[in-house]
Amino acid sequence: MKILIPTPLRQYAAKKDTVDVPAKTVGEALSGLTLQYSDLRRHLYTDDGKLRAFVNLYLNDEDIRYLQKENTPVQDSDTLSIVPSIAGGCCCCRRSAVGS
Amino acid sequence: MATIAENVQPVTLSNEEVLRYSRHLIMPEVGMEGQLKLKAAKVLCIGAGGLGSPLAMYLAAAGVGTLGIVDFDVVDFTNLQRQIIHSTDDVGRKKLDSAEESIRGINPFVEVRKFETRLSSENALAIFRDFDIIVDGTDNFPTRYLVNDACVLSGKPNVYGSIFRFEGQASVLATKDGPCYRCWYPEPPPPGLVPSCAEGGVLGILPGLVGVIQATETVKLILGKGEALIGRVLLVDALAMKFRQLKLKKNPDCPVCGAHPTVTKLIDYQQFCGIRGEEAPVSNQVPEIQPEELKQRLDAGEDIFILDVREPHEFQICNLNGYLIPLGDLPKRVHELDSSREIVAHCRSGVRSAKAVAFLRQAGFQKVKNLAGGVLAWSDRVDPKMPKY
Repeated sequence: MKILIPTPLRQYAAKKDTVDVPAKTVGEALSGLTLQYSDLRRHLYTDDGKLRAFVNLYLNDEDIRYLQKENTPVQDSDTLSIVPSIAGGCCCCRRSAVGS
Repeated sequence: MATIAENVQPVTLSNEEVLRYSRHLIMPEVGMEGQLKLKAAKVLCIGAGGLGSPLAMYLAAAGVGTLGIVDFDVVDFTNLQRQIIHSTDDVGRKKLDSAEESIRGINPFVEVRKFETRLSSENALAIFRDFDIIVDGTDNFPTRYLVNDACVLSGKPNVYGSIFRFEGQASVLATKDGPCYRCWYPEPPPPGLVPSCAEGGVLGILPGLVGVIQATETVKLILGKGEALIGRVLLVDALAMKFRQLKLKKNPDCPVCGAHPTVTKLIDYQQFCGIRGEEAPVSNQVPEIQPEELKQRLDAGEDIFILDVREPHEFQICNLNGYLIPLGDLPKRVHELDSSREIVAHCRSGVRSAKAVAFLRQAGFQKVKNLAGGVLAWSDRVDPKMPKY
């Protein structure tokens, strides 16, 4: 299946915007991805192996939290989108409350 | 579909307004009825920056009767690449004043209400009270969560837009039956984990695209026409010029907008986002060298190894003839450095290089210091010919 890598994470995936991995479930697809690009792992998972709450995963256009999460079955023609939260022109290092 | 609080609608439009809005009035989707709704509407724009600029300009052009703007920033040169409500002559001016002038120039019939303040848990609900729709054009997570929660608690829709480099997101959140930001992202990223920061840059045109999408959604909500981005998010990839939609579901257990909310008042959002008060900048915790001292010592012929931890494209803008290892590559390339030499690490402003110094010290490097203020400070205090960016 195709995994779409969002801009903030491309630097950890050899600058790719798409990665193809063979998989039968979402979990397998992510394992395949993080095996290829180990730096991605800490951005997708916490230290205790849970998917980070500020990164959402969509199988085609459906949020996997409302499907079967990492056990959601996938097909070759499916697309998995990784969609982290983004906050504007910057992220966390500016304290100002407004402006973009 | 409209979620606008009931307002006393103005009875009519003047002849001047009829002429001004003629292209709206002849459309069945707007007409006189729609234009009067626009005139009666009160929209609050949080931020007069990249997103707020096109948003406020188009809402003014459309005839939104009252535009509130929250911003406490001042226009600087680096804003002009994308914050098109401000012009070169406005550099140094308050963004609120500059925005107000642009809006009046576009449409003198718009009432502008300025809020020169940092939006906070103490003032958000009071500021939101007089408005029908809130448009979020902010640039940090604590404020995004604050705006979201305040919208849910006030019962006002949150027209959301956000950008990163050349990607954007847009949605309409916090409507009565639709999801809110917390349904989508229950938790913010811990500070320091989301890669890239102010030095990451943004394609100037991108907030233009996303800001106008937000303006479009705002107008549709006011008119009660079309299908708003409720329960869906539009993802924009400006480089590929691809637009995608994802479904956004309302979480019945959402702590703010769910059936049994546990967040019933505004909280400390800095704490929620893991930012403890005014954190001591990392640069205060690593050894530093001031630009003047470095210059003096280099001129005296001392053997100092300059390590530049910026990106290659930054090196091309200006450099101190340093050895370039981008921060992200440092762990893999640390063997290229000689820990017996005195090393001064620098970046653009001193933030990334402070992290580099911290990393190197942990790796056993004893003779490494951070150039305080980076090339910006070097340009200010040592070599004004060095361009700032």
